[in-house]
Amino acid sequence: MNTSLTVISLFSLLALGLGLRARSGRRMTLEQWTVGGRGFGTILVFLLMAGEIYTTFTLLGGSGFAYGKGAAVYYILMYCTLAYIYSYWLLPPIWRFAKQHKILSQPEFFRKKYDSRTLSVLVSVVGITASIPYLALQLKGLGIIVQVASYGTVSATPAVCLGVLLLAVYVVVSGVHGSVWTAVVKDISVLGIAVFLGIYLPIHHYGGFGEMFRAIDQAKPGFLIFTSSGTSFTWFQTTVLLTATGFFMWPFSFTSIFTAKSEQAFRRNAVTLPIYQLILLFVFFVGFAAILKVPGLKGGEIDLALFKLSVQAFDPWFVGVIGGVGVLTALVPGSLLLISTSTSIANDLYRGAINTRATDATVNRIARLLVPVVALLSAYFALNGGGALVSLLLMGYSLVTQLFPGLLVSLFEIRRLNTAGVISGIVVAEVAVVSATLTHSTIATIFPSLPPAVRDINFGFAALIINVLVASAVSFATQSRARSVSSS
Amino acid sequence: MTLRWLAVVPFVAILFGTPLVNKVEPIVLGMPLVLAWLSAWLPLSALIMGLIYLRDPANRNKQS
Repeated sequence: MNTSLTVISLFSLLALGLGLRARSGRRMTLEQWTVGGRGFGTILVFLLMAGEIYTTFTLLGGSGFAYGKGAAVYYILMYCTLAYIYSYWLLPPIWRFAKQHKILSQPEFFRKKYDSRTLSVLVSVVGITASIPYLALQLKGLGIIVQVASYGTVSATPAVCLGVLLLAVYVVVSGVHGSVWTAVVKDISVLGIAVFLGIYLPIHHYGGFGEMFRAIDQAKPGFLIFTSSGTSFTWFQTTVLLTATGFFMWPFSFTSIFTAKSEQAFRRNAVTLPIYQLILLFVFFVGFAAILKVPGLKGGEIDLALFKLSVQAFDPWFVGVIGGVGVLTALVPGSLLLISTSTSIANDLYRGAINTRATDATVNRIARLLVPVVALLSAYFALNGGGALVSLLLMGYSLVTQLFPGLLVSLFEIRRLNTAGVISGIVVAEVAVVSATLTHSTIATIFPSLPPAVRDINFGFAALIINVLVASAVSFATQSRARSVSSS
Repeated sequence: MTLRWLAVVPFVAILFGTPLVNKVEPIVLGMPLVLAWLSAWLPLSALIMGLIYLRDPANRNKQS
C-alpha cells in the first residue's frame, strides 16, 4: 500500500466512523432517518445545502470545465448565487407547509398541495429518473479520484464497489444524521484544499494570477470570454436561468430543506451562501492552471485536469489528502441522494400507489432495504454507463426544473394552475426533454437557420416555457381556477 | 418593504450586464475583467441579502 492510498483509506474510515457515530443512541424513526427529526440548526442546514454545490462533480467537473471549455464554466458560479437569493422567499413557505403536514419527501409535498396521487407518482418518477444518474456520476467521480490518487494501484471498479459499500452501511444505520456529520469534515477540508490549490498552482506555475490568464489568453484567444456563437450570451443567460430555477427542485434538496429546525435558517443562509461560492473560483483557477501545464486532455479526460496537475506538483502523501477530500465530496451528496431516492420509492410509490395504509415503521423498513438496491443500481450505471452519464446528468437538470412551475403556484393563496394543468405541463415538457436528449437534438440542430441569439437557447429552458404554456392552456380549458384548499 | 426589490439587481447585473464587460483586459484582482465582474456579484449579493435580512420584520424578536 503506498502513502497516498493509506491517506485516502484513513479519510474513508473517518467518514464511516463519523457516519456510524452520528446515530448516537437515537431511535431511528422514519422522521429521524429521512429528515433528522426536523431538528437541524442554521449551520447544519448550511452544510447540507452547501454540500450540494461542492460535489465530486464540481471538484472534478468544475476544474475540468474550466480546462476544456473556458468561459462556459462561469455559469456554475452564477446560478447557485441567484438560487440562494430567491431561496430567501421560496424556502420558508415550503418548510412551513412540510412541517405542518409532517411531509418527508418532495412528491408527498405535491400530493398534499394538490391532493392528487397521480401528480405525486409523476413527481416521484421524475425525481428518481433524475437522481440515479446523479448518484452514478458521484460514484464514477469517486472511482476516478481513487484510481488517479493511488497512482493506479487501485483501479476504478474496486474503488466504486468499496465506496458504495461504505455509503450504504452508514446511510442504513444513521440516515441523514450521518450525512450531516460527514458534511462537517468535508466542508472544512474542501475549503482548505481548494483555496490552497487555487492559490498555489497558478503562482507556482505562472508566477501569479494575472500572468496565468494573460498566458492563456495569448495561447487561446477568446477562450476566457463569451463568444458570438456556441458559448454565447444567449447560452449563458438561458443556462443560468434554467439551472437556477431547477436548483431546489432535486428531491434531495427538499430533504435538506425539511431537516431545518426553523425557517430562520434559510434566511440566514441566503445571506452567507453566496459568499461561500467564492471557493468555487479557486477550483476554476486549478483548471485554468492546468491548460498550459497538462495539455491534450480530450473528451471525458478533461475531468482529470485537477488530479493530473496535482500528481505532477506534489508528494504522494499530499495527493492522498486531495484524494481523501475527493472521496468525502462524493459521499455527502451521495448519501443525500440515496436517502431521498429510497424514501421516495417507499413513501410515494409504495405507500402512495400500492399500499396506502402502510405505517411509518413499514415505510422506514422498506426505505432502508432499498438503500443497497439503489446503491448497487447506481454503481452498475457508474461502471457501465460510459460517457452517456454526463448527458444524463444534464438531462436530469432539465427534468427536475419542470417541477418548478407547479411548485411555485402551489405556494400562493390563489392558484393560477390546476392539477390537470400542472400534470399536462410536466408530461409534455419531460417528453420534449427526453426525446431531445435521446436524439441529441438542440435548438440549433432543429432550427439551424435561426440567428445565434436564438439558436443557443438551452433546450431545457425552451421546455420550461412550453411547460408553462401547456399548463396555463389546460388550466384555462378545464377552467376551475380553484382556490387553494390546503395552503396554510 | 421596498428594500427587497434590491434582490433584483444581481439578476439584472449578471444576466444583462455581463455583455458590457466581456473582455480579458484589464486584468482585475488577477482575473479577466468578465470573471472579476461576475465574481464581484457574490459578495455584493451577500451584502444585499444582508441588508434585506436586517430590515425584514420576520427576523426581529425571534431568536432561534
